[in-house]
Amino acid sequence: MTGHPGGRALERPVAREYTDAIRERWRRPRHRGELPDATGTAEDVNPLCGDRVRFAVQVSDGTVAAAKFTGDSCAICTASADVTAELATGRSTAEAAKLGTEDVLEVLRADVRPTRMRCVTLPLTVLGMALAR
Amino acid sequence: MTRGDFPILERVVNGRPLVYLDSAASSQRPRSVIEAMTRYYERSHANVHRSIHTLGEEATELYEIARDRVHRFIGAAAREEVVFTRGTTDGLGLIAETIGRTLRAGDEIIVTELEHHSNLIPWQLVARDRGAALKAIPVRDDGSLDLDALDRLLTARTRVVAFAHVSNVLGTITPVPEVVRRVRNSAARTALTVVDGAQAAPHLKLDMSALDCDFYVFSAHKMLGPTGIGVLYGRRAVLDSLEPGRGGSEMIKEVWIDHAQWNDLPWRFEPGTPPIAEAVGLTAAIEYLEKLGMDRVTEHEAALAARAVKGLSALPGVRVFGPPLGVPRGAVVAFAVEGLHPHDVAALLDADGIAVRAGHHCAMPLMRRLGVVGTSRASFSVYTSPEEIDVLVDAVGALRSKL
Repeated sequence: MTGHPGGRALERPVAREYTDAIRERWRRPRHRGELPDATGTAEDVNPLCGDRVRFAVQVSDGTVAAAKFTGDSCAICTASADVTAELATGRSTAEAAKLGTEDVLEVLRADVRPTRMRCVTLPLTVLGMALAR
Repeated sequence: MTRGDFPILERVVNGRPLVYLDSAASSQRPRSVIEAMTRYYERSHANVHRSIHTLGEEATELYEIARDRVHRFIGAAAREEVVFTRGTTDGLGLIAETIGRTLRAGDEIIVTELEHHSNLIPWQLVARDRGAALKAIPVRDDGSLDLDALDRLLTARTRVVAFAHVSNVLGTITPVPEVVRRVRNSAARTALTVVDGAQAAPHLKLDMSALDCDFYVFSAHKMLGPTGIGVLYGRRAVLDSLEPGRGGSEMIKEVWIDHAQWNDLPWRFEPGTPPIAEAVGLTAAIEYLEKLGMDRVTEHEAALAARAVKGLSALPGVRVFGPPLGVPRGAVVAFAVEGLHPHDVAALLDADGIAVRAGHHCAMPLMRRLGVVGTSRASFSVYTSPEEIDVLVDAVGALRSKL
């Protein structure tokens, strides 16, 4: 505890933030790349750090047939984008649009500090934008 | 130099002794600053200027003593040239709004490619409101400003030239008197010069008469003082010619429903209750720096920066930004580690108890110019030790195996 009014423990071991799953997906993302026959694309920036994520989705019969991401981002954001693409694929667009941070963090088994939460949410936001196109 | 005076440096972070290398974002404070503010709150606090009672008089005296100390510290010609603000962003916003009211469509404002957003966005807003044009002095590959390009940008319509004394990313030191001279010898000789001194005031001996600019702005919290107070220096004749940009109490002499008569300088530009305890803290911070001697401070930090540039440049896959070794730089060293994102660099260093800044450092146009998303930045102050630089260099050297 930091001992301040309203204070709480802020320190968190780096291993709980950079889990094996995050390291693995940062080194070898499975869903990074272009999607030539995309039905929707979107791009957004994290104002905190300038990170940029672009999503391309291919929707047919109301189902996400494929999802790919590109961009310039940190390990946590890249891993989140990779998991987001994976979780979206095969779901109905309505289900995919409902994916949340808990879903991503469960796969990454990570305890991300509040200042890095935007790194997790940015890909989810961009996926939502791509699905709405 | 003086680590024992800074209680926070005893802190342990993630099981390691804190290595605080983020002083350019905000420095730490010596005990004397913290105690001066506590003593003020425990003994003398009241509102300033119109309180006819003992505490009010003490508070007013302490607040105005702070102005005298700043006046001397920055080598201003008169105490009336020292206006207290809430910080650099507030001071730059205040002067942009104030000058902005005098601009007409077609007027021109010149900034630079390396500005902190605080010295860019206020001018963007003003330019948009008044129909003025905004131009930027380009940055050379070595991090310096292209002053020959400035000569070409200056025209009879140029009303403002706003630039940083020290870049918060590259550490480049701008030759302020030379920029001012070029402006005055050009078709834009009446243009006002506005200097963002946020990264200079903590590290360099300031002398307004030598710098010769019209406005100079800085914060207390980067120079061992408290958050919430800053200084806007304005050349007296120029300040006197300007209508106040913001209104409220304190800044008036007499008020009617439809008009008012402005107060004298400097209070004309200080509406509302000022940051009084913070002014007391600033006095203590200036006393602390003066006791060390600003020349010694500059020397100490230049040695740290050189050590960091040397150490980091020698690491494989590490790129160091800014002026080459041998060229004076401020107390910041920005770097990039190949294959690693700056935020991951900062997070992994934090696990070793090392605090650095990472990201665009509120200078997105400069990041674009450098061709990077962001950088990691180590920055120093009087309490930073050479050993801490070595800890940083070792930790950065070990980073690539960690992710």
